[in-house]
Amino acid sequence: MSDKIVYFSGMKEGVFEKLKILAESAKYDVSCASSGTTRRNRPGTLGNTAGWGICHSFTEDGRCVSLLKIMLTNYCIYDCAYCINRRSNDIRRATFSVSELVELTIEFYRRNYIEGLFLSSGVVRNPDYTMERMVRVARDLRTVHRFGGYIHLKSIPGASRELVDEAGRYADRLSVNVEIPTERNLKLLAPEKDHQSVFRPMLFIQQGVSASAEERRKFRHAPRFAPAGQSTQMIVGATDETDRQILTLSSDLYTRPSMKRVYYSGFIPVNSYDSRLPSVGQVPLVREHRLYQADWLMRFYGFRVDEIVDDAAPQLDLEIDPKLAWALRHPELFPVDVNRADYGMILRVPGIGVKSAALIVSSRRHSRVTATALKKMGVVMKKAQYFITCGELSVAGVQDVKPEYVRRVLTARKPERRLPDENQLSLLFPEQS
Amino acid sequence: MKVFRYDRSFEGLLTALFDVYVRRTFPEALIGEGEPVPMFATEVFEVYTDSGKAARVWTGLQKRVSREVCNMLMYVWFSEEKGSDLLLMRYLRKVFDSKDGVVSDFTDGDMLQARQIARRVAKERERLLQFVRFQKAADGTFYAPVSPACNALPLAIGHFRDRFADQKWLIYDLKRRYGYYYDLETVTEVSLTDVDTLPGIRLDDRLMAGDEKLFQRLWKGYFDAMTIRERVNPRLQRQMMPKRYWRFLTEKQ
Repeated sequence: MSDKIVYFSGMKEGVFEKLKILAESAKYDVSCASSGTTRRNRPGTLGNTAGWGICHSFTEDGRCVSLLKIMLTNYCIYDCAYCINRRSNDIRRATFSVSELVELTIEFYRRNYIEGLFLSSGVVRNPDYTMERMVRVARDLRTVHRFGGYIHLKSIPGASRELVDEAGRYADRLSVNVEIPTERNLKLLAPEKDHQSVFRPMLFIQQGVSASAEERRKFRHAPRFAPAGQSTQMIVGATDETDRQILTLSSDLYTRPSMKRVYYSGFIPVNSYDSRLPSVGQVPLVREHRLYQADWLMRFYGFRVDEIVDDAAPQLDLEIDPKLAWALRHPELFPVDVNRADYGMILRVPGIGVKSAALIVSSRRHSRVTATALKKMGVVMKKAQYFITCGELSVAGVQDVKPEYVRRVLTARKPERRLPDENQLSLLFPEQS
Repeated sequence: MKVFRYDRSFEGLLTALFDVYVRRTFPEALIGEGEPVPMFATEVFEVYTDSGKAARVWTGLQKRVSREVCNMLMYVWFSEEKGSDLLLMRYLRKVFDSKDGVVSDFTDGDMLQARQIARRVAKERERLLQFVRFQKAADGTFYAPVSPACNALPLAIGHFRDRFADQKWLIYDLKRRYGYYYDLETVTEVSLTDVDTLPGIRLDDRLMAGDEKLFQRLWKGYFDAMTIRERVNPRLQRQMMPKRYWRFLTEKQ
């Protein structure tokens, strides 16, 4: 890349370094959804939002890149043990100016790299000072550049109500991260924070959303407030909370109307020198995955949190998914007759998802749904066969063969595929399989 | 075996269905103009595309099924999958012959297959929305080459027109040799027949806007910085973003 090209642009070369530093600092936040708002383009301006969200790229770790996830600055006055940007860390620090960030967002957006901006920040001077600068970026994008893409702002813990209100006018989504599910552990790892500083801004956002919804019932053109609601994130595995504690908190959060998503972030030991943190080598990816599955069960499958985890089993089973685990704990409810049972019960069968359940319910009004049809519809028969009947001869159900057997069969490791031996001729006797 | 020969247009297909009812016979195979007749063909009927007949079939269809189903059938048509035209004919005949609601019976192989093909096309359309990458040319036009597995570009154009309403753009399907150009007012279909002017995957340096390289470099730098080393999972990456798109992706160069 020649220097001449840089010379032509209004952007200085320093932006490249800043972008890298501040992306490195922002990447541990998992939320990247651009969903929840449908907003058509205003004629002659740039940008719209598609209700379901669009992922524009996937990094080497397989995570989606939907928004330009970036920090305004990674200087921070706090010293939270789990955070890469804590004050006592010796890392490179940088700060974007408002105009640099606005130009980056718009130019990336024009090239279809991103759906919009996800702006977060370290806390400098005080929460309000930081929040004010973040809001200024959103305001510039919306009012000066009439940018119609997605904006997600991280609300700074402890920011004043006025600033949260202003942020909600420009942003599609606001979020405040819980980070640590219990206050005792939060105090341990982040002595300068408490749950009050997290749940107060959450409440502000919720009140803003419901006030705006109320207004819009009376006046159709009343301004929208954070139309995509709010989300939050919890770190998993940094402290000793059980899955039950984590999921119970999620379930409580989901009862609030504006809370759209809770994210779970497997703890990555970024500050391994801190003795308050567990010394783990591996990121708890399986546990994180199981938590997301449990989260889905609560949001789309009609499960209550106490059905997924309870006192007897406070941790999720890492070996099998939470739906299968629930089914194996309740063999008395099976088999389910797919031609008669209601939608809610069909949805609870392991191996049947939201889409195939809808297909089953729609089809059975016309004709009997057979095992062959189920397979074609995409039902995972390997799992489902123990839990359903469809009026045909079938394999023995979970009650006959006992849950332990089903569990053993479904968790059996697949035999490793044998590599063909290069020295051996296998032409004459092809392997039967 | 009865064979219908038609011009491989959507109107032609609808006319063929009209002829099914006029001639009281249903084809077992469909062939295009100039294609060889299958070996066991006993009769070959010529279908003469007639927009009037096609319109009657389409209006009749709209009376019988929801708009979602009509859209789905368009998606099946754009799939370019072998045999999808005959599938559409069987589908439509079932809709016209049955009293009501056959479209929600997914134990019927045709209904299920049409839905599955439409979902594949929808997926390909979504991938266009995801992985189109514009490069800014010196004259301010944003150019994006694509090469989708099925003909999903027409289905995605509405999205781009709405989103990038204040910039000129050209999205060009290199495989099918046509594209769409937006001049700030309307979208027109363009086909560059002159091989010399055919843009490739990357814009030539002299055609590129002055700051284009800078933003490409910034984006690539950003993309690389976003990876969390402790979680690297290339299989997941390829699953979400299949390799056939990589040659068009700025960040993967």
